[in-house]
Amino acid sequence: MTTTEIVDMITVVIDGFEVSVPKGTLVIRAAEQLGIQIPRFCDHPLLDPVGACRQCLVDIEINGRAFPKPQASCTIPVESGMIVKTQLTSAVADKAQKGVMEFLLINHPLDCPVCDKGGECPLQNQAMSNGQGQTRFQGVKRTFEKPINISSQVLLDRERCILCARCTRFSEQIASDPFITLNERGALQQVGIYEKQPFKSYFSGNTVQICPVGALTGASYRFRARPFDLVSTPSACEHCASGCDMRTDVRRGKTLRRLAGNDASVNEEWNCDKGRWAFKYVTAVDRLTHPMVRNEFGELVQASWPEALAAAAKGLKTHTSAVLVGGRATHEDAYGYSKFARVALGTNDIDFRSRRSSEEEREFLAAHIVGSTTTYFDIDRADHVLLVGFEPEEESPIVFLRLNKQRRKRALKVTAIASKLSIGVEKLKGEFVKVAPGQEALAIAKQTLTVKSIILVGERASESAGVLTAVAALADSSGAKIAWIPRRAGERGALEAGAIGNLLPGGRLVTDSAARIDLCAFWGTESLPTSIGRSSQEIYSAVNSGVIGALVVGGLDPLDGANSSEALAALERAFVVSLEIAPSEVTKRADVVLPVAAITEKNGSFLNWEGRARSFDSAVQDSLNRSDLRILSMIAEAMDTSLNLGTVTAAAKEIATLGAWEGTRASMKAVSVVKAPVLAPDQFILNSWRRLLDLGTLQKGEENLAGTARESVAVISPNRAQTLGVIDGDILKISTSVGSVTLATLIEEIHDDAIWAPRNSLDSQLLVNLDASHGEVVTVVKL
Amino acid sequence: MTYSIEDLAVMDSIIKRYPRSRSAIMPLLHFVQSRIGFVDGEGIELVAKILTLEAAEVSAVATFYTQYKRKPVGEYHVGVCTNTLCAVMGGDAIFAGLKAHLGVENDEVTADGKVSLEHIECNAACDYAPVVMANWEFYDNQTVQSSIDLVDSMRSGNPKPPTRGPHTLGTWKQASAVLAGINDGKAHEGVQAGQPTLLGLKISKEVK
Amino acid sequence: MTKLVPVLSAHWDEKDSFTIQAYTRHGGYTASQKALSMDPDAVIQVVKDSGLRGRGGAGFPTGMKWGFIPQGDNKDHYLVVNADESEPGTCKDTPLLMANPHVLIEGCIIACHAIRAKNAFIYIRGEVTHVVRRLNQAIEDAYKAGHLGDGVDLVLHVGAGAYICGEETALLDSLEGFRGQPRLRPPFPAIAGLYARPTVVNNVESIASVPAIIMNGADWYQSMGTEKSKGTTLYSLSGHVNNPGQFEAPLGITLREILELSGGIRTGHSLKFWTPGGSSTPIFTSAHLDTPLDYEGVAAAGSMLGTKALQIFDETTCVVRAVLRWTEFYKHESCGKCTPCREGTWWLVQILRDLEAGKGTEADLAKLLDLCDNILGRSFCALGDGATSPITSSIQYFRDEYIAHTKNQGCPFDPVASTLFVGVGV
Repeated sequence: MTTTEIVDMITVVIDGFEVSVPKGTLVIRAAEQLGIQIPRFCDHPLLDPVGACRQCLVDIEINGRAFPKPQASCTIPVESGMIVKTQLTSAVADKAQKGVMEFLLINHPLDCPVCDKGGECPLQNQAMSNGQGQTRFQGVKRTFEKPINISSQVLLDRERCILCARCTRFSEQIASDPFITLNERGALQQVGIYEKQPFKSYFSGNTVQICPVGALTGASYRFRARPFDLVSTPSACEHCASGCDMRTDVRRGKTLRRLAGNDASVNEEWNCDKGRWAFKYVTAVDRLTHPMVRNEFGELVQASWPEALAAAAKGLKTHTSAVLVGGRATHEDAYGYSKFARVALGTNDIDFRSRRSSEEEREFLAAHIVGSTTTYFDIDRADHVLLVGFEPEEESPIVFLRLNKQRRKRALKVTAIASKLSIGVEKLKGEFVKVAPGQEALAIAKQTLTVKSIILVGERASESAGVLTAVAALADSSGAKIAWIPRRAGERGALEAGAIGNLLPGGRLVTDSAARIDLCAFWGTESLPTSIGRSSQEIYSAVNSGVIGALVVGGLDPLDGANSSEALAALERAFVVSLEIAPSEVTKRADVVLPVAAITEKNGSFLNWEGRARSFDSAVQDSLNRSDLRILSMIAEAMDTSLNLGTVTAAAKEIATLGAWEGTRASMKAVSVVKAPVLAPDQFILNSWRRLLDLGTLQKGEENLAGTARESVAVISPNRAQTLGVIDGDILKISTSVGSVTLATLIEEIHDDAIWAPRNSLDSQLLVNLDASHGEVVTVVKL
Repeated sequence: MTYSIEDLAVMDSIIKRYPRSRSAIMPLLHFVQSRIGFVDGEGIELVAKILTLEAAEVSAVATFYTQYKRKPVGEYHVGVCTNTLCAVMGGDAIFAGLKAHLGVENDEVTADGKVSLEHIECNAACDYAPVVMANWEFYDNQTVQSSIDLVDSMRSGNPKPPTRGPHTLGTWKQASAVLAGINDGKAHEGVQAGQPTLLGLKISKEVK
Repeated sequence: MTKLVPVLSAHWDEKDSFTIQAYTRHGGYTASQKALSMDPDAVIQVVKDSGLRGRGGAGFPTGMKWGFIPQGDNKDHYLVVNADESEPGTCKDTPLLMANPHVLIEGCIIACHAIRAKNAFIYIRGEVTHVVRRLNQAIEDAYKAGHLGDGVDLVLHVGAGAYICGEETALLDSLEGFRGQPRLRPPFPAIAGLYARPTVVNNVESIASVPAIIMNGADWYQSMGTEKSKGTTLYSLSGHVNNPGQFEAPLGITLREILELSGGIRTGHSLKFWTPGGSSTPIFTSAHLDTPLDYEGVAAAGSMLGTKALQIFDETTCVVRAVLRWTEFYKHESCGKCTPCREGTWWLVQILRDLEAGKGTEADLAKLLDLCDNILGRSFCALGDGATSPITSSIQYFRDEYIAHTKNQGCPFDPVASTLFVGVGV
């Protein structure tokens, strides 16, 4: 559906040229429409106008009445009858701008030759274009201690700062993390943190990017390169399902930095610190460079590609096989795995959900998510957003920023169904509906939504029985839209590609013969397997019970799911073909290991949570590594069949040609809530989520980033704290039959029955340590 | 804990003066000074906590205003107006005299912790120039000698009373409590006006 | 000869003038009763008709300001009184509040009624402990007497040392608990002021003038003063005069008249320069002794009436030193938000220090004037503009004295000669 909004247009004259712009447009941006660049520093299109730097002064008259003095064009909206004279046609404006530039430079150090910003510095550039050649300042410059760390990843050089307040306004207005502020006054005014509270914002890197001078720099990029030595490639972020547009800057084959790209419909101009700084995992690990095959002595040894492919093909042909592909595959790679399972292995035993999941979820995805079209734009228009099993700030940060923008702009109502009130929901000023872990469905059923509402469902919604049933029912009764926001970047694409047991590509139901016939014709295969395939858990079980003998495993961590001991046992037992970038728990147990390209080394696309394609090119041109898709094609050929997917481009074309299925859609069976357990005084129900910055595999090798992760704590309610006799900081031991973790107590707003701990953080790897993550009863004692 | 239950109740009553709690940040910082003598980290963190702000936001406010001190001042904080008019009329000489007499520089405290010295901006008493303030009470028409006598009286524990103010000079912390809006019952003390304030009125009556 | 007419100051000479008893003894709180019985719009009309203009410096018509508040908008409205008196030389509101705080409270009650506000705030600078005491006690007493609390609530908000908070939007940010930095306008406070609600911000003297206007009528008030500057006001005389102090007179009185009434320039000395309304108003010289001290008269002579802070300097005063000190003040008080003011005052101070120390050159004067040109009208608020006034006006009148410093390689003046205690020992 498209809506045409009537926009009042206003015509103004700038430097003698007429331009018509929507009502409310600022003069500085109306001038841009004409290609007239008015110099500016504090102005930023996504921040509230502030008019602080005074660099953009222009002469303005309205209907013949001239302002007595030059006006800041970044603060004045156009009006009809307005005539603007910029520095190009007004001597007064030109002198005013040169005067301001001179003032900005008197206290700016002349350290451009050693400044990271040199070469891409708005101050440097505009001093050249709109400044005077020489300074008249002969006095003493203001000095500060040279760069100070305001977090482990951001440094502040106050001498270079021109006090435009972009960083502080970003932190307050966009991220709601006012940890950096303007301090002191007058000529001593300076950006700073509170001394005991570092700038630990998940979005801090944006301040480095929008700093118009070299005052804020990233620890990892400092002194590493000159902008003109970098080769920039448009890219997409692989870290989550938000779908940020990115830019990857490479020098001599090495990624040196990544920046937020500009996409108004998705990430605007922002990204999170993980997306910006977590890219060293590609180089920090011992990359696999050659295929390996397990020899007769049980040792994994280097092999040639033909040897390895032959070994893989042989193993897969002689066993009943299944496919496990992690949630981080590109859409094209996932399509390759999906097609490989069906065409080469003749099975629907494939699952991209390398995490806790449920049959209810699989049915929900088939019935409500595949092919769905809820977008960021829907958030912009929603009257109410309900969060279910989803913490936007931790699990999809750009969704958080969009919610926060609407909260600030129009007090968007946000409701979170959760056990613990999160920092993010607090910042969103959201309504917190407190439920015991496992009982979320009951609270969902009580919500009142409208056709303008949206339910944002996270992957953790699958962890409580009945939640997705309740979500579907609520959407059905209210007309509210549903969006499913998984954590991993590849899950939505994998769903659309049919890398799951109940769906073929394009939302075709495995059990729908019409859909199968359609696909058979398209793929040129005689038949496709007809029964619903196994889930990840079922596949591991089937291996352990001897039903399945071989696994093709692509880019997943077996420790990410529930019951990881069963997963590891299955990997030991099965014939495993592993497609990986680096040695892992899977490759250790694999029979054939095939090295693949990392994200920056290949092209492809992700489908973000909206289902929007986020394509990217290879940023590192000289990589020898191939995509998963290419290798799967080679294995298929070694198995005497063919995927006909020679390249990513071919796969993308095939996906587009195949298109979405418009036939029968799946329905889902209702699932009931499991009755809440009765708790002993020392028992709690576990609640957890993965934090944005934690021990995730893709964050390896970036210590500066890791330094800004939130502290690991165990959160309990004031009531339970009193019963247990603990105060903030006391050490708690959380145990299951599998093991325990010990964490410092934090008493906060959380359901009395619940204890919260981070799922995969330092000292708190719940799946590994406890084999529990959500809904399990744990025992808690004070140490 | 530096702050008693009673202190916290006072802070709560300060917040309740305002339609929005954040407005209480300034009186709360005055209150912190009335307890600690300056704005310390604990005070900033406490104010942040009770106003549900980040400490950085409170610190940003505290560092903007010159009356909030980042380190201890004396029991008697002496400010000498050295803005143009007072400076010309003798403020500069008074300030120099006090520095020499006390052996401290601007923004420093005497070793006994009794007196701190600061040169201040115009304090709205120009018709009483040169003006010296002590704990923000008026000491009008000062000379170098009178101000030296004043600080000596402070150091001996018996400070001279303000020219226009209460009968006795309270301590810095007591003054901070007044600025936090706490009534010390001394509003009725002291003159209603000094002679210069009344000069026009007096002349108007004489001319009649 | 213009006469002194004490209205605001009429009863300041009674020893207990600051008490509610003294205030009611002279008819206090009858004006508010009268106003409360009137239609709010009628109150606004009286204030409009009186010709009362803002006494904080800008001279904007008070009644018109009140009339800007949207009515029937179902929003809270606020009255905020600017008692942050900090402009160098200005010393009228402080003695007024010390001697008669209740007149301000009564003015607040009337103004709140007129603009349909239930809450008023008085933002007072923090460096006046005893005035805070008096005002707080007065508010307490007014509550006890029932003048406050039933319809109008009044909160005293104490600042903490920042001249910029006298700028009305910086004041509002400060009152909201932020750093006191000026806000973008529009929106103007009348539309989105305190807590983004319609707000009137008035100076102490403006609001304190209202009860008498209500009691005596607009005609009475506008019978005093000059054509466009009505009523009486407080002139604050300070510096090198025999008798400094507060002089309440109809607008339009001249400095010559005030000096004659009060006892003249310091005996044995002569007037050199003076400010008509604080340091932000361009200085005058003896050539301006007969300039009518009303909004128009002072403006016509090239300065501003400002706060009517008449700071008098005689021939012993070095103008370069005076201007340097004021410039240091603006540098110290610049809020830091905008570039021209923050960086410009930093630079101006350095040049002036060199000039005063005899290390400057004549070329520095041209540079000073050009820098002032790059600050005046380029800054975010009027603080930057004000910082240029003493410099440009002093160079206009005393260029030779600046040059004398460069030729003399130092200041030719003896600072001791200009002190109050010269000759009498220290």
